[in-house]
Amino acid sequence: MKVSKKDVENVAVLSRLKIADDKMDKYLEEFNNFLEYVDVLQKVDTENVKPTAHVLPLQNVFREDVIKPSLDREKALANAPEKENGYFKVPRIIE
Amino acid sequence: MEYEAVIGLEIHSELKTKTKIFCGCKTTFGAPQNTHVCPVCLGLPGVLPVINKKVVEFAIKAGIALNCTINKFSKFDRKNYYYPDLPKNFQTSQFDLPIAEHGYVDIEVDGKPKRIRITRVHMEEDAGKLVHSGNTIKDSSSSNVDYNRTGVPLIEIVSEPDMRTPEEARAYMEKVKAILEYIDVSNCKMEEGNLRADVNVSLRAKGTEKLGTKAEMKNLNSFKMVENALTYEIDRQEEVLEDGGHIVQETRTWDDGKGITISMRTKEQAQDYRYMPEPDLVPIVTTDEQIEAIKKTLPELPDARKNRLIKECGLSSYDAGMITNSRAMAEYFDEVVNKGADPKLAANWIMGDLSKQLNAEDKTIEDSPVAAADLAKMIKLIENGTISSKIAKKVFGEMWKTSTDPEIIVKEKGLVQITDTGAIEKIVNEVISSNPKPVADYKNGNAKSIGFLVGQVMKASKGKANPGMVNKLLKEKLTQ
Repeated sequence: MKVSKKDVENVAVLSRLKIADDKMDKYLEEFNNFLEYVDVLQKVDTENVKPTAHVLPLQNVFREDVIKPSLDREKALANAPEKENGYFKVPRIIE
Repeated sequence: MEYEAVIGLEIHSELKTKTKIFCGCKTTFGAPQNTHVCPVCLGLPGVLPVINKKVVEFAIKAGIALNCTINKFSKFDRKNYYYPDLPKNFQTSQFDLPIAEHGYVDIEVDGKPKRIRITRVHMEEDAGKLVHSGNTIKDSSSSNVDYNRTGVPLIEIVSEPDMRTPEEARAYMEKVKAILEYIDVSNCKMEEGNLRADVNVSLRAKGTEKLGTKAEMKNLNSFKMVENALTYEIDRQEEVLEDGGHIVQETRTWDDGKGITISMRTKEQAQDYRYMPEPDLVPIVTTDEQIEAIKKTLPELPDARKNRLIKECGLSSYDAGMITNSRAMAEYFDEVVNKGADPKLAANWIMGDLSKQLNAEDKTIEDSPVAAADLAKMIKLIENGTISSKIAKKVFGEMWKTSTDPEIIVKEKGLVQITDTGAIEKIVNEVISSNPKPVADYKNGNAKSIGFLVGQVMKASKGKANPGMVNKLLKEKLTQ
């Protein structure tokens, strides 16, 4: 096994996901399967292949520095779980 | 044990574009909360960011001015972390292919020159602003978020850990600010957060090479804060190490009111940014011709300007450095000199009376009530003997208060210097006859007592007598 239970837990925290205890073994196995596949990919000879920064053959797509209308504040805040005086309201940030 | 501090700075500077980095929202400061936002900068699903051309141009300009190599192939990446000021849960930034790398700036502290290397300059978006319900983030049960600043373009300038003292860190930040001001890519208004520094500092035994564990202080937005926070943090780390403890790698906040740094632990565990290429933005490819064209638009930079003032105007290195520290100040000086004033006198007046008044009233040179042309006129009045330097101080005070032409002030207040030999001779004679003791002292070989007599003549003439002539006449009379 390449990854441990702890690695899976850490990825879950970083992804803001909750993993039920009885699913842990299943995810652990799937994680390792992914990584084994990556091992296969690593064996491909890429000696003469240029690194890809982007999948589309595009570069230098720019926008002029011109002001466009913004959203109405009511609309911007429409999906906020909580709001206050035109602000998005969020729970306590640090422990 | 004797310790040495190792300091590195990450300076964030907002660029002065009209619109945000990836959308057309305005960047103006001070708008009502959440009125400069749109689906792109709020990170709503399905939107497509497009980079503002001006941001790339400004970043390249800054890279060149900071002596960097411009990367002809540059791309954006996502820096993932969770914080409420970041609506997308990632900051669009640059990771392995920043727009510019390998630069430097030269600083001078206590007359000692030093080169500070710049690791990289990259483009990224600013985050929003948090308003905490309590006094500090620690005692707040909730916070309010304003996303107007989210997506305002930034360049981050990362230095190598080349600084050793808080003074060097300050000098470095001042120099970077001056350069950004000169090339006109940022407003550099520190009170509006246009320029802020994250400061890293660690200690190591003097003479050793291995770096110690560092602490980071984020978002310091004044030179004084940078200097004070570093001074405090160096003392704190030294104390911990002296007591046999060890430094924890962490982010600390600087409490400006209390003058201390405080440990800040966020809910996020070990920081792991999981950088990945930004799929929504395509790479930026720059040609030599484009770089050359931008290079040509650069104005004379602070170091070149300083050297010119030393060479052409005969200023001291210190004076030239002070004047060229701010572009506006340097331009004011040039205008005074171009209007015909003696450069050294101009420097003395600008750094003396003018700076003193500006500081006292918390004004910048741009809002000086004394126009450069008027200061030049006043200096010329000194040069041609119309007024003495002493009277000039009075004239200057009047100019500051009323913004009046110095020639009019001199005429109206009757401050023209007395250069009429007859008039001065009369006062000299009176002073000699009413001060027999100093006169006798001088005649008996006490050369110093002439100073007192000169003073008396100046006083009797209300400062208007030409001091050179007073001196000469007194000496003549006393040796007769």
